[in-house]
Amino acid sequence: MDKASNNKKYNWPYNIYEVFKDNKIKQIAYVPDAGHKDLIDYCENDKNIKMISLTSEEEGVGLLAGAWLGGEKGALLMQSSGVGNCINSIASITRACDFPLLMLVTMRGEWNEFNPWQVPMGKATAKVLEALNVNVTRCEKIDDVSETINAMLGLAYKTNSINAVLLSQKLIGAKDF
Amino acid sequence: MPKFRLNRRYVISALLKQREDTLVVNGLGGTCWDIASLGDNDFNFYVWGGMGNACMIGLGLALSQPKKKVIVITGDGEMLMGIGSLATIALKQPKNLSIVVFDNELYGETGSQKTHTAYSTNLSKIAIGSGIINSSIITTKADLLLLCSKIHQIKNLSFSVIKINQEQEEIVLPIREGAYIKSRFRKALLGEKILLE
Repeated sequence: MDKASNNKKYNWPYNIYEVFKDNKIKQIAYVPDAGHKDLIDYCENDKNIKMISLTSEEEGVGLLAGAWLGGEKGALLMQSSGVGNCINSIASITRACDFPLLMLVTMRGEWNEFNPWQVPMGKATAKVLEALNVNVTRCEKIDDVSETINAMLGLAYKTNSINAVLLSQKLIGAKDF
Repeated sequence: MPKFRLNRRYVISALLKQREDTLVVNGLGGTCWDIASLGDNDFNFYVWGGMGNACMIGLGLALSQPKKKVIVITGDGEMLMGIGSLATIALKQPKNLSIVVFDNELYGETGSQKTHTAYSTNLSKIAIGSGIINSSIITTKADLLLLCSKIHQIKNLSFSVIKINQEQEEIVLPIREGAYIKSRFRKALLGEKILLE
């Protein structure tokens, strides 16, 4: 955690991890994305957080419904393309039963994207979620990350709502090979 | 003579007879009506949608309640749609989770079209290949009763395919309002105070 504590203010993945701890998050479901790498590392090093690596993002929607049935809070980490993979489960499980859900979505297909195959889903991500009445908030600035995620996590679990925080490509840095 | 002799209503009755406080999650369709046919229970989480995700609901529940037994009872079509979840569940190896697949090799709700298990797919081998070692196919009453004698114990993650016959049974519908099913389950499991949080 040295890296984290040295420059805490600018280490937004560590700030998210702190929000998870403050909110007693116990299950993190994820399909890895480069933008979530550091957050996944922080959570993996915490023995009080169960890390569930998924074969597809849709599995995380069912998992976190089950976690809440059993009294545990969680969060679902994915890249924007993964949003497309979980739409039916969000509608037919989470929405149908008023389960709470927090999704942290690292964006592709926007700021300085180099891969044209990422653009269509990136452009559709917010609209597709909004079609299911998901609350969608974008984070562009490091200073906003912690506060936004804390607020959306609280909203999800206090009001049984589905909330997605889109972490913009400008924030996470565009991928380049 | 049918290919498989076990009747689904006999099987569900045998599986859940000794359930006590076992938590039960079904896949949408026939297994939901099977569980409902035994009467209502607050520890049933009736899944009416989200095909392919029953096992993952079971995993999240099993991880959050390690001292409670969780049984997912689903059909072959539903299991096939969420086949990747077996790999995910194998990574976690929850000791308190058992998955039971009622395999009639048909999509029973949509006109009895054949599923992949009617041809080349062996769900038990997929489970083993995914890392769920304690995996079997059950075709006889003796093997079923052996499974029933162990299934409520918290011992090992298990996966059982039960080959059932293709008889149509009466459709018994449980309550269907999702928010109510969820809150009732949570209240029964976690106590009344949970509704105030």
